[in-house]
Amino acid sequence: MTPQVNVAAAESAWTGGGSPYAVNSKKFGMWLFIISDALTFSALLMAYTYLRLATPEWPKPFHFSPSIIFSSIMTFCLLSSSLTMVMAVHSMHHGNRKATVRWILATIAGGLAFVILHATEWRNLIVNEHMSPSSNEWGEPLFGATFFGITGLHMTHVIIGCIYLSIITIAVARGKFKYEDVEVAGLYWHFVDLVWMFVFPLVYLMSAKI
Amino acid sequence: MRKTSMSDHATTAIEEVEHGTIKSFTVIWIILLIFTGIEVLLAYEQVTPVIMLVILIGLSVIKAALIIAYFMHLKFERFSLFLTLFPMLIFCILMMLVFMPDSMRSMLMRTQ
Repeated sequence: MTPQVNVAAAESAWTGGGSPYAVNSKKFGMWLFIISDALTFSALLMAYTYLRLATPEWPKPFHFSPSIIFSSIMTFCLLSSSLTMVMAVHSMHHGNRKATVRWILATIAGGLAFVILHATEWRNLIVNEHMSPSSNEWGEPLFGATFFGITGLHMTHVIIGCIYLSIITIAVARGKFKYEDVEVAGLYWHFVDLVWMFVFPLVYLMSAKI
Repeated sequence: MRKTSMSDHATTAIEEVEHGTIKSFTVIWIILLIFTGIEVLLAYEQVTPVIMLVILIGLSVIKAALIIAYFMHLKFERFSLFLTLFPMLIFCILMMLVFMPDSMRSMLMRTQ
């Protein structure tokens, strides 16, 4: 083999040389995490859908007010925080760190609003509707188990996302971290938003009291 | 001086094409909000759970695709990244669907 051939082989994306995806390792790592996390959530949502279809009288306890209104506003908060996150990545791409910090703070505010509304909603269900992970008054204990399991895991993701974004904000404000770090944090945040796009219709809208 | 600013402007324009503009992000956001509104309205239509499930999941898949393509930037990445990540994910999710007919069967058994 001549050196020339070796160089050509190393540069070919199909032989693993060069950069086959043309993304940095952090971004690729985050994508792999997102895919595996997506499988976790799809397994949970599949289990929920299975139980729902297998149960003749699945409870439909969510009143328009407060549950459906609250969850719709929560959806709005998450979608808007996704938009502000895109703006943060956009600003960072143009090297504007001040604007990036402002946009990420807006994103965190959206996330916190989501968590606070969700906690209020949980409190309403636990205190007023006497619902718990193992029992409720509608005769289908699995309803509580799936509801708290799925929304709980999602809320954990939102809380972790808020902490993650706070760290990014502090670093960006101090002049540390590069564009790619903000972009990777953005990927995680959009994924959390994306999961809610499935949890909201499946868990809330399918169980709205008509 | 003038030449430099013009070339800067040109670079920005190319990057905007590659990464999307503020306008395109806002348009996607509005589309996502409209779809969410449609979903909430659908929740109050009297249809069977299976049909409702199919419509809601259909709309959610479109929303997810928009988020992945534009917000998560996948449309602007190399196609090899998409090929590595998504066919596997979609295949695994479809494999989980194998259990679904069984759920209908157990409901029939219960009502008998």
